[in-house]
Amino acid sequence: MSTAGTDAAFQDLARRRWRIAIVLTIVMVALYFGFILLVAYNKPLLGRLVSPGLSLGVLFGALVIVLSWITTWIYVRWANVHYDPALHALRSGDHK
Amino acid sequence: MIALQAPVEQATRIGEPNAVAMAFFFGFISITLGITWWAARRTRTTEEFYAAGRTITAGQNGFALAGDYMSAASFLGIAGLVSTTGFDGLIYSTGWLVGWPVVLFLIAEPLRNLGKYTFADVVASRLKQTPVRIAAAIGTLATVTFYLIAQMVGAGGLIRLMFGLNYETAIMIVGAAMLAYVLFGGMIATTWVQIVKAVLLLGGAAVLALMVLSKFGFNPVKLFAAAAAQYGDGVLAPGRLVSKPLDAVSLGMALMFGTAGLPHILMRFYTVPDAQTARKSVFYATGLIGFFYLMTFVLGFGAMVLVGPDAIKAVDAGGNMAAPLLAETLGGTPFLGFIAAVAFATILAVVAGLTLSGAAALSHDLWVNVARGGHATPGEQLRVARFATVVLAVVAVMLGITFKGQNVAYMVGLAFAIAASANFPALVLSIFWRRCTTAGVVASMVIGTAATLTLIYLSPTIQIDILKHASAPFPLRNPALITIPLSFAIAIVVSLVTSNVGEQAAWARVEREMHTGH
Repeated sequence: MSTAGTDAAFQDLARRRWRIAIVLTIVMVALYFGFILLVAYNKPLLGRLVSPGLSLGVLFGALVIVLSWITTWIYVRWANVHYDPALHALRSGDHK
Repeated sequence: MIALQAPVEQATRIGEPNAVAMAFFFGFISITLGITWWAARRTRTTEEFYAAGRTITAGQNGFALAGDYMSAASFLGIAGLVSTTGFDGLIYSTGWLVGWPVVLFLIAEPLRNLGKYTFADVVASRLKQTPVRIAAAIGTLATVTFYLIAQMVGAGGLIRLMFGLNYETAIMIVGAAMLAYVLFGGMIATTWVQIVKAVLLLGGAAVLALMVLSKFGFNPVKLFAAAAAQYGDGVLAPGRLVSKPLDAVSLGMALMFGTAGLPHILMRFYTVPDAQTARKSVFYATGLIGFFYLMTFVLGFGAMVLVGPDAIKAVDAGGNMAAPLLAETLGGTPFLGFIAAVAFATILAVVAGLTLSGAAALSHDLWVNVARGGHATPGEQLRVARFATVVLAVVAVMLGITFKGQNVAYMVGLAFAIAASANFPALVLSIFWRRCTTAGVVASMVIGTAATLTLIYLSPTIQIDILKHASAPFPLRNPALITIPLSFAIAIVVSLVTSNVGEQAAWARVEREMHTGH
């Protein structure tokens, strides 16, 4: 059974994980709905050409995909480097 | 300015029996049935049947998730939309990817730690089993049914166009092959079918994209410029596909939050050994799926420039044959045959994944946990699971024949709306919110499903396009804008009214379990 001390430490770790998860979720929602709202309400802006053949719309669309990669990478990186070892330490504490 | 000859009007061989397509198709069937035979000898327990014995690695599951997710709607549908409407098709390319980070951040790890076979395991973990599982099965089966209709209708149409077979025969072939995979090979065979299909689809699309880019100095911007030069700068800007702003927002919501409520995707997280592997597998899947959707930019505009919207629409009014036509233009009949076989394998694999998740809802949630109160022998569980698979295969074939001629991409959009409104709010709240109650999540899942189906029925697509009425009572084509907030609101309000001290007391245990897995 876990002790009160490891429970507090665990609560703290769980809170940190949710904070990061929720912040990253909000970032993704903001990015994607930013894009969708531009599609819905500002078509001329997205039609503006950055260079011949490259409109802001196509550029932003590709950027949304690339930024999805980056946010998932940030999360996985954080979880592998900080979350897993902390969780492991707490769990081995449990079994003592 | 780039010199470009207008697309040459040429006779397409689509619709004629194609020897190469047949050869690739039978090759794929033989390989996957071989896998099924191998998997069948390793499928003796329920855990092996539903969850591949939890031995799938992160890389394998990444490919399998991508395989389950990239349906014919992605490959044929997006290429078709982009080639005929330009930029607007790309709304789907981005929308179908952005759900994956949400799955990673909010769902994948708790799901793996709290559940066994279905997402209902998670929702029911500290609530009353019977009502939660019945409600979750309703949401699951509604989602799976709409998704299956879309895939079966797509398969029938595709095979008719590709091989010259008639529609009903095509549907039966899909049903029979899928039944063999799932019935005998369970999740092990289904997973490997997804992996083989994902490799074929990514490989085929990459070769096709490279062949397109080779004509434009390997610079996608030159390709887009050629499209704009030929059909006007308008093809690079938002246009007529989503004419009403709120339609765009509603569709966007369905695509973003639907992924996290798709039963056949959620089920994949149980095939890996632990939460850490589940997390890594979503990372790989996001990479693969994003790469694929970036290629759809090239395939769509490539088909627009090299084949031409008119030639594409002449073969199929919905534009669904854009990618195969592009393959024929660039690589002749043999390459057309290869891409046709890839598209067919794509549908077959998705249908298998859907059927397995539907069978899990019927047998694991409804039979074992509701009808038998959790006390069924392993042998009985496996028998019921296989019986449910047969039932679903028969239903899928009948639905495919009944709904002949429906719009495929639209049906998938509706399946996403149901998943996002019926399953996603209950799943998220049960993971995040200590105070949610049995009554709250059950009301959310049941009313979420019912409201989504009702609003779909009242939408312009059913009322004006299909029933030919003058107007529709509900203005949006996709109901997610209303039904997702509604479903969340119902869960929250009902939970607050029916506040339950016992269910809150179990929260500490569940919270620990969702992070540590025990």
